[in-house]
Amino acid sequence: MTKNHQFDVVVVGAGGAGLMAGLYASKTAKTAVISKLYPTRSHTGAAQGGIGAALGNIEEDKPEWHTYDTVKGSDYLGDQDAIEFMCEEAINAVLELEHMGLPFDRTPDGKISQRPFGGHTNNVTGKPVRRAAHAADRTGHMILQTLYQQCLKNKVNFLDEFQVLDFIMVNGKTAGVVAVELSTGELHVIHAKAVIFATGGHGRIFEVTSNAYAYTGDGAAILLRHGIPLEDMEFFQFHPTGIYKLGILITEGVRGEGGVLINGKGERFMPKYAPSVKDLASRDVVSRAIYTEIKEGRGVNGKNFVYLDIRPETVNKFAAEDGRTNIDGSKYNLTAEQVLAKLPDIIDFCRVYLGVDPVTQMMPIQPTAHYTMGGIPTNKFGEVVIDDKNTPFPGLYAAGECACVSVHGGNRLGTNSLLDLVVFGKYAGLKAAEYANQAEFEKLPADSESATKAQLEALKNGSGRENVFKLSNELKKVMFADVGIYRNEKDMLSALEKVRELKARFKDVTVTDTGRIFNTELLNAWELGNMLDVAEVIAMSAANRKESRGGHSREDFPDRDDKNWLKHTLIWNKDGKLEIGYKPVTITKHQPKARVY
Amino acid sequence: MEITIKIFRYNPEKDKRGHYEVYHVEGDENDRVLDILEYIKGNHDGTLSFRRSCAHGVCGSDAIRINGRNMLACKTLVRDVGEKITVEPVLGLKIVKDLIVDMEPFFDNYKHVLPYFINNSPLPEDGRERLQSPEDRARFDETTKCILCACCTTSCPSYWANGNYYGPASIVTAHRFIFDSRDEAAAERLQILSETDGIARCHTAYNCTEACPREIKITKVIGEVKMAMVTGKLD
Ligand code: SF4
Ligand code: SF4
Ligand code: FES
Repeated sequence: MTKNHQFDVVVVGAGGAGLMAGLYASKTAKTAVISKLYPTRSHTGAAQGGIGAALGNIEEDKPEWHTYDTVKGSDYLGDQDAIEFMCEEAINAVLELEHMGLPFDRTPDGKISQRPFGGHTNNVTGKPVRRAAHAADRTGHMILQTLYQQCLKNKVNFLDEFQVLDFIMVNGKTAGVVAVELSTGELHVIHAKAVIFATGGHGRIFEVTSNAYAYTGDGAAILLRHGIPLEDMEFFQFHPTGIYKLGILITEGVRGEGGVLINGKGERFMPKYAPSVKDLASRDVVSRAIYTEIKEGRGVNGKNFVYLDIRPETVNKFAAEDGRTNIDGSKYNLTAEQVLAKLPDIIDFCRVYLGVDPVTQMMPIQPTAHYTMGGIPTNKFGEVVIDDKNTPFPGLYAAGECACVSVHGGNRLGTNSLLDLVVFGKYAGLKAAEYANQAEFEKLPADSESATKAQLEALKNGSGRENVFKLSNELKKVMFADVGIYRNEKDMLSALEKVRELKARFKDVTVTDTGRIFNTELLNAWELGNMLDVAEVIAMSAANRKESRGGHSREDFPDRDDKNWLKHTLIWNKDGKLEIGYKPVTITKHQPKARVY
Repeated sequence: MEITIKIFRYNPEKDKRGHYEVYHVEGDENDRVLDILEYIKGNHDGTLSFRRSCAHGVCGSDAIRINGRNMLACKTLVRDVGEKITVEPVLGLKIVKDLIVDMEPFFDNYKHVLPYFINNSPLPEDGRERLQSPEDRARFDETTKCILCACCTTSCPSYWANGNYYGPASIVTAHRFIFDSRDEAAAERLQILSETDGIARCHTAYNCTEACPREIKITKVIGEVKMAMVTGKLD
């Protein structure tokens, strides 16, 4: 039944990072890109607002400013050597995308257009700077399409709708992966010298999320089972503006274009929390502000949402108050036509899902689980590093949201996710090919797929006392409520206990679909196993970190504590038990200081 | 409210042919049809199979036929279609299981039209971007929105009649490059579309435009490509 293949490099996942890795690795090595979705279905396509690069196309900007903003955004937990590298590479990365045909919006003189975004500043004046290169509000969609198209042009091999279920490791080296072909149910053993994980995040463990169904932490969970640590998993980003209840993302670009947040009393509240950049503060800051407004009774009609307002009259009123001008110094004046042209998808989402027209009505929003800052530890070349000394694991790479380089530290700056996957996807691809071209294939054990088979059998033969859908809902509720925007010891420990209870109950699920062809029930059950494993690591890392930093905000430890906690968390799975360790943060130019917006 | 949903079912490993099953579920008028399918899969019948990922109309996974019309399950709310809902796989592609169809022929057609940027001229000497005016950029904006969901192609009577027809989605993709001022392969693409299974098979039936969840005016787009073929001009 099992089929065998051999490639020098295997890329797992076909979002932006996976496609970029595939594109670069296949230049010199026999490469395959494996993905559980058709590549164009990947979650990169949901990214909206832009990709950050100090192109300086509209006003002065520098990679050093981008670096500082990213370090500050990370609440000083990001590794500064990697951040410098990413911000310097950013300019060429964006230009390369343009050379590949990406349809960026244009300035009147034909250059790539840029817009302001949260936390992007001119380091001299402290004012917002236009750094986010954009293609309307579907920048991620255009990156995904463009990279996939370039892969087709360059004849990259794809195994579409293949779910990777396991990593094969031999003699402490990479030997390949095991995958199931969804359309036949057949297992495939894919022998490889190098494997790149680009499997995305795991936001689906939270009740309200902007993330796709596919975001179940597959890569992180697979490697955790093999003794590879996960880094900084307590840091998860809640995006301030998700559509109320549904969690669908409303880009920060709305605020970049002048949109403001309004509470239930009709007041603009961000100036209270971030006097300088106001509605364009970092995401963690804005999410906490919204949460505080709601908690203090200033949600709309006493409910847990506030409004985001992009109606031209509101925008222009506040722009005048803030002294916002166009680049030529003229008065900032947004028109309804510009809103429609610059934010077409946002308008569409609001009309379809809320029956609200943002040009004439305010949008009800609440913070939504959005981005995984932590993940599989790597260095700036995408090499997976497995201990506090950053020792690389031979032949293993990770890039994009599943990886933790760490360039995002405690809180990711808007537009840096797309940048991350283009830059580190590329380097992971180059490095993996370079490695594969000098390494030998490890000999595969006869039973490479036996662990996978046992895992799937267990899911088919459980007692059936438990239901996947129900367990998954219980997980999402407890993680959102107790390991969410604001955290405390008691809630996190009870969440950890609950996750462990769910893990125990998970052994009693059974899959009713006994077929081979597109057994999505089996796949969903397997994904739940990953979500539970990842959630346990998150709850444990979060309860362990006794300070507040970036997206990790504790009511019981409200301050950042650089003396004790300026360090990365590492968590290993040692025979089913989680162990905690640490590694130092790399600091080059920017010593930690108080973070004020 | 109670929602009555009739779903096409087909299990290739058991059934000789498809049949319908009816489910009654509690729902809200703001529920997505996808939410209802998920609920049924979670609580009534785990074997119900369909594709989905983003759940908000941007990934193109879940094109299905709802009350006889092609839509994305995640972008269609109960309030749009009423509490009596019939759900079936899209037409014109082989049914693999329940609502899942074989997408390979669709992507093969896509690959036919050189769906990638082609410009073999040297890059600007300073290594910066190729310039493009906002007007030139706007010329093909509409067709950059396509998410390759196949709602259009599988609603097209010409495609049903002849699966070799490249179909509206491929023409939309071709348009995105043909009218991009930076691209240099418009003539080749127009040549490809003038083949027997190309644009000539379109009889301007408008089904595709009505089906597109991204509101791309496909028939107009096809008209522009036809015009370019006739006149050899790209404006
Ligand atoms: S307009 Fe052409 S492509 Fe569209 S449905 Fe009609 S025949 Fe098909
Ligand atoms: S043109 Fe519209 S309907 Fe056709 S594949 Fe693209 S998005 Fe879907
Ligand atoms: S699930 Fe992505 S378009 Fe519907």
